[in-house]
Amino acid sequence: MEVYLYIALFAPLVGSLFAALFGATPKTYITGIVTSGLLFTSFVSSAILLSYVMSGHTVHVELMTWMATGDLYIPFGFVVDQVSVTMMMVVTIVSTVVHVYSIGYMDHDKGFNRFFSYLSAFVFSMMVLVMSDNFAGLFIGWEGVGLCSWLLIGFWYHKESATWAANEAFIMNRIADLAMLIGIFMMYWNLGSLQYDVVFANIGNLPMHIITWIGIFLFIGAMGKSAQFPLHTWLADAMEGPTPVSALIHAATMVTAGVYLVIRANPIYDLIPEVGYFIASLGAFVAMFAATMALVNRDMKRIIAYSTLSQLGYMFVAAGLGAYWVALFHLMAHAFFKALLFLGAGNVMHAMSDELDPVKMGGLYKAMKGTAILMILASVALAGIWPLAGFFSKDKILEVAFSSEHYILWGTLWITAGLTAFYSFRLIMLAFFGEERYKNFGFHPHEAYPYMLIAMSPLAVLAVIAGWFEHDFIRLVTTLLPGYEFHTHHVEAILIAVTSLIALTGIISAILMYKKGPLDTKWENNICYKILINQYFIPKIYDEVFSKPYLKLSKLAWKEIDLKIVDATVDGIANMIYQTGEKTHTMQNGNLSSMLRWMVIGLVVLLVLAVAFTAGYNAVNLQAM
Amino acid sequence: MEITLTHYLVLSTLLFAIGLIGVMRRKNLLMLFFATEILLNSVNIGMAAISHYRGDYTGQMFAFFIIAIAASEVAVGLGLLIVWYKRTGKIDLDQMTSMRG
Repeated sequence: MEVYLYIALFAPLVGSLFAALFGATPKTYITGIVTSGLLFTSFVSSAILLSYVMSGHTVHVELMTWMATGDLYIPFGFVVDQVSVTMMMVVTIVSTVVHVYSIGYMDHDKGFNRFFSYLSAFVFSMMVLVMSDNFAGLFIGWEGVGLCSWLLIGFWYHKESATWAANEAFIMNRIADLAMLIGIFMMYWNLGSLQYDVVFANIGNLPMHIITWIGIFLFIGAMGKSAQFPLHTWLADAMEGPTPVSALIHAATMVTAGVYLVIRANPIYDLIPEVGYFIASLGAFVAMFAATMALVNRDMKRIIAYSTLSQLGYMFVAAGLGAYWVALFHLMAHAFFKALLFLGAGNVMHAMSDELDPVKMGGLYKAMKGTAILMILASVALAGIWPLAGFFSKDKILEVAFSSEHYILWGTLWITAGLTAFYSFRLIMLAFFGEERYKNFGFHPHEAYPYMLIAMSPLAVLAVIAGWFEHDFIRLVTTLLPGYEFHTHHVEAILIAVTSLIALTGIISAILMYKKGPLDTKWENNICYKILINQYFIPKIYDEVFSKPYLKLSKLAWKEIDLKIVDATVDGIANMIYQTGEKTHTMQNGNLSSMLRWMVIGLVVLLVLAVAFTAGYNAVNLQAM
Repeated sequence: MEITLTHYLVLSTLLFAIGLIGVMRRKNLLMLFFATEILLNSVNIGMAAISHYRGDYTGQMFAFFIIAIAASEVAVGLGLLIVWYKRTGKIDLDQMTSMRG
C-alpha cells in the first residue's frame, strides 16, 4: 500500500516538473495532457487507498529524516487515515477535473505550460499538507499552497490588479502564518514533538492556559488560510487569477485547509470548548457577513467567492461546536458544487469575452445550455435543496447548532441559508434568463468546448450524489474523529422542513424579483446597498488604517532614517578613509631618507605605546593583587 | 671600578642613538650602511651583556645569528650599491625617487 501512497503524493510533483521543462517554450498540449494524466493516476491511487482505509487499516510511512539535531527530530512522515484519505479524494478529484478543464480554458493563453506547472505544484503542496503526519510537514504544505496561490493569482502578472491581489493574499496569509508558527513552536516547546499522535496523546497534561493559547494561535493560522474575518479581504480579490485557479484553490481545496487544521487538531480543541465556541461564533458571523455582500455584488466570480467565504463560515461553526465530521462532510460536498459553480462561471466568462457583470448578460440559457444546466445544478446544491449534496451537509450543521442549544448561531445560519439561496439564484436569473441584454453590448456568446463540459460532469454527479453516502461517511471518519451526539431527534423533521422552506423561499423570491432582469437603479442610492457594495467599507478602512499610515511610515523611515542615519554613517566612514588617504599621500614622496625618518617615528611611537601599555597593565594588576 | 651591566646597556644605548641619527641624517648610501651596522651591533652588545648577566646563552646565540645575517645583508647591499653606482654615477639618497607615490 505504501507504493500507492507515494504515487498519490508524487505524481503531481512529477507532472509539475515535467510541465516546468516546457515553461519557456510555446504552448504544447503535452503539458496539459501529461499533468492531467498524472493527476488521474494520483486520483486512482487515492481511491485504492480509500478502499484500503475503509477496510479498517491506515498507512503510515516515514520517507526519510528531515531534521535531526539534539532532541529535535522531524521526519518526512506521511499518514493515510480516515481524514486524510477523504481530503486526498476531494483534492485529487477536483484537481483532475480542473486540469482537464484548463486545457480548454487556457487554450489561447501564452502561459499555457507555465500554468500547468504551477497548478500541479499546488496539488503536490496540498497533498503534503493533508498527508503529513506532523505539524512541521503540515506547515510546509501550508506554505507551499500559499506560494502556489500567489503564483496563480498573479498569473497574469502584466495586469497590475492581479499582482496587487497576489501580494495582498500572500501578505495576509503571512500574518496568519506567523501566529500558526508560534502555535507550533509552543507545542514543540511544551511537548517536545510535533508528531500528531504524540502531541494529541500528551496535550491533556499541559496547563489549561497553554492549551488555550496553542488553540488560539493555530486558529489564527486557519483564519488566514480560510479567509475568515478580519483577514477575509484577500479571497474576493484573489478572483483576479484564472477561473480554474479560483475553482481549485479558492473554493475547493486551499481555503478549506484551515477547516482541515481544526478538524485534524480536534483533540486540542476538544479540551478548550471556549475557543471552539469563539470559532463557531466567528464562523456564523462570517457566514452571514459574506452572504450579505454577495447579495448585491455585480461581479460573477466575486459573488461566488463571497459564497465560498460564507460556506467556510458554516464549516467553522460545525468544527467549533465539536461536530468535526459534519465540518468535513460539508467541506467535501462544498468542494464539489463550488468548483462546479466556478468552472461554469469560467465558461460564461469565456463566452462573454471576460465580461463578469451578470447585469450585462441575461438570457444566456439559449446560447449555452450545458453550462446553464450545470450551474443551476450547482446552485441548487449550494442552496441546500433535497436530494442534492448541500442539503445533507448544510442541514447537519444547522442541526448541530440547534442541538448544542446555540439558538443565536442557529438563527444566523438559518437566515444565511435563505440569503445563500437568494444570491445563487439572483446570479442564475441575471445571467441565464430574462431579456438578452448582452446583445446591446455586442457580445456573441458561444458554448465551451464539449470536453470541458464532460470534464465538469463528474463534479455535477458528485454534487448530486455526495450527500447520499452520509452513513458510510460517518462510519468511515468517526473511527478517527469523535462522533457527535444529536439531541434533536424529536424536532429533526421540523428543522429540516424549516431550513428547506427558507431555502425555497430564497430561490423563489430571487426568481420572482429578477424574472424581468435587473432591478431599478434607484435601489443603488439606498444606504444598505452602498454599505454592501463597498463590502462594509472594510477594504477602505484597511487602506486608511493600515496601508496609508504604513506607506507614510515607510517614507519617513526611508527619508529620515535610511538616508540620514544609515546611509550617512556608511558614506561618512568611506569619506573619512578617502580623506585620510588624500591628505597623507604626500608622505609617499619617494625620498628614501624621509621614509627612513617616518620609520623611526613609527618605531618610537610603537615603543612608547608598548611601554605605556605595559606600565598600565602592571599598575592595574598590582592594584588587583 | 667594576664594569657592570649598566655600563654595557648605556654603551648599547649610546651606540643605538648614534646609529639612529646616522640613519636619519646621512645622505650617502655607504654611510647609511655603516649606521645600520652600528645599530645592529648596539643590539648585539645589549644581548650579549644581558645573556651573561642572566647566565642564559640564548642571547649570545642570537648575537651570533645577527652578525651572520648582517654580514650577508651587507654583501647583498654593497652588490646593489655598486650596480647603482655603475648606472648613475652617484650614491646620493635624495636622488633615488623612483618610488614616489
